[in-house]
Amino acid sequence: MEHFALWLSAFLTLGILSFLYKDNPWYKLSEAIFVGISAGFWVVTLFWDNLVGKFWDGWQDEPMLFVGAALGFLMLLRLVPKIGWISRWPLAFIVGATSGLWLMNYLASNIMVQVMATIQPLFSTGYASGFDAGWGAIISSLVIVVGTFTGLVYFFFSKEHKGAFGGAARVGIFFIMITFGASFGYTVMSRMSLLIGRMDFLLGDWLGMIG
Amino acid sequence: MSLPLAATHPRLSVHLFFPIIVIVLTTCSSAFGQSDTQLDTTVVDDTVSIAAAPVTTLLVEDGKYDDGDSLRLFWVPSIDDQLIDSKVTGYRVYRLVNDGAAEPIVDLLPGVGNYTDKNVELDSSYVYYVATLTESGEYPSIHTESISPQREWINFRRGYLFIIMMIISAAIIFYVETAKRGKKLFVRKIAGLEAIDEAVGRATEMGRPVLFIPGISDMDDVQTLAALTILGRVSRTIADYDSKIFMPVSRSLVMTAARETIKTSYQAAGRPDAYNDDMVNYVTDEQFGYVAAVDGLMVREKPATVFLLGAFFAESLILAETGNSIGAIQIAGTARPAQLPFFIAACDFTLIGEELFAASAYLSGEPRMLGSLKGQDVGKAIAMITILLGVVAVTLSEAWGVGIMTDLHAWLVKVFSSS
Repeated sequence: MEHFALWLSAFLTLGILSFLYKDNPWYKLSEAIFVGISAGFWVVTLFWDNLVGKFWDGWQDEPMLFVGAALGFLMLLRLVPKIGWISRWPLAFIVGATSGLWLMNYLASNIMVQVMATIQPLFSTGYASGFDAGWGAIISSLVIVVGTFTGLVYFFFSKEHKGAFGGAARVGIFFIMITFGASFGYTVMSRMSLLIGRMDFLLGDWLGMIG
Repeated sequence: MSLPLAATHPRLSVHLFFPIIVIVLTTCSSAFGQSDTQLDTTVVDDTVSIAAAPVTTLLVEDGKYDDGDSLRLFWVPSIDDQLIDSKVTGYRVYRLVNDGAAEPIVDLLPGVGNYTDKNVELDSSYVYYVATLTESGEYPSIHTESISPQREWINFRRGYLFIIMMIISAAIIFYVETAKRGKKLFVRKIAGLEAIDEAVGRATEMGRPVLFIPGISDMDDVQTLAALTILGRVSRTIADYDSKIFMPVSRSLVMTAARETIKTSYQAAGRPDAYNDDMVNYVTDEQFGYVAAVDGLMVREKPATVFLLGAFFAESLILAETGNSIGAIQIAGTARPAQLPFFIAACDFTLIGEELFAASAYLSGEPRMLGSLKGQDVGKAIAMITILLGVVAVTLSEAWGVGIMTDLHAWLVKVFSSS
């Protein structure tokens, strides 16, 4: 059985990779199996984890679960065309509750903490007595302050990007693009590890060509 | 021999000449008729030096602005707790829950004078004492008063955060009301949005469909909400042009909301008969299962235009590259910084970060969304001004020691550290 599972995994892995050449029946088969099994897996997981694991096993101790169950039931009213509009209520509840819950967290992390982290001296202590601040520290401070400030200017939508404001926005987008470039390289390298993992499976576990 | 006696009289503050006190106490205990036969027979050798004095001034207080889940202990370390040649090896905190038996809850290093117990419950009462540890034994302090943790409904430490939030909220309400009164609110042009009509028109001319992918997050992600708002405008244009749209999704709630959105657009365009529920179909919640299906769909249906708007993760480049390989015009947007580089590299237009949210407000023209966008600009203006002020203040303070700037910097730190 284990041997069969190994060969099936290899067959499906190569089937998905065959898409690199072009769309073909092997890929379609692998895709259909992947989608079908994963959709089924999620249905079973959500049923046992949420309906049974959380609601059925827990409603005696936590009556509030009935609120969630009721909202979930309202979603199903979409199946009844005449009262299908009621299914918007749970959607509205989710959107509203999420907005309220995250408002303070986003405000704290996206504004307060970042502003605090940006406020740093352009010159370090001792400048007045002999400029002993290292150039590295000065440049680092400048990059953080100018990059953050001009980045904010770029994302300011109430003013046209013209004149000095437009110039600052242009500097801001330069900073953003440089950041994206670094992020691109970093993420590509991390994705390579996924490819290495699959190659390790094919050449090692399956074919036994590597240790 | 004298150590157990000290434990039976925990409220005695004993530092020096411990053996003598023990003898006195032993005598007193006998005199008041306490039935402790061990005390009556204790013989104290006053030549034995006591290893260490217990901690003093042990206080306990309720954790401030919490959910009733912490109690804080403070004490003055033992006078024998010295940096050099210290007799003290540490402290052990004991706890009595609901007048039950004492149990040790933590061992601390020498020199420590406080501890926060975060393993407490609202309806229980707690008594603590701290034992000074030496190589020869433990020397307990007095017990604290019994205390029960309290829950605070308002966290006043976040007062400044609340004030800033109120300022931004007030700005949002002001601009929403202004927009509702019909005053036009200016929002600068966003490049990718100008291309929407052109991209849908191209799909119509080529007789190919438009593919709309709203990311893989659920309706509790604000990026998905922004994507669906833009979908409203896109599907309205598609309905006007009599083009086709298909939209595979990975979340059932998104499927429901997307169908509602497209249906409303088709009704607004006066073509409700052209709407079909099959325009939006659920694939799977599994991330790469969804990607495999969408990739297959792309190469088979060959859409002329692909919208990738919403919350994307590792699948972003796979989807964008496949769209690129079939020659589709691609308009992408996400607020996830790690995925933006891939969209910028592989797509024709990319809405960067907050541009995605601005786009939904810009396209919808909804007073509430426009007002919200303008209100957020007020928040950004506050942030920019604060950064400028703060950097000038801290630089002048540190480099030249300007007093008023030191005060200003300290105040800004106080305000913006309240989160």
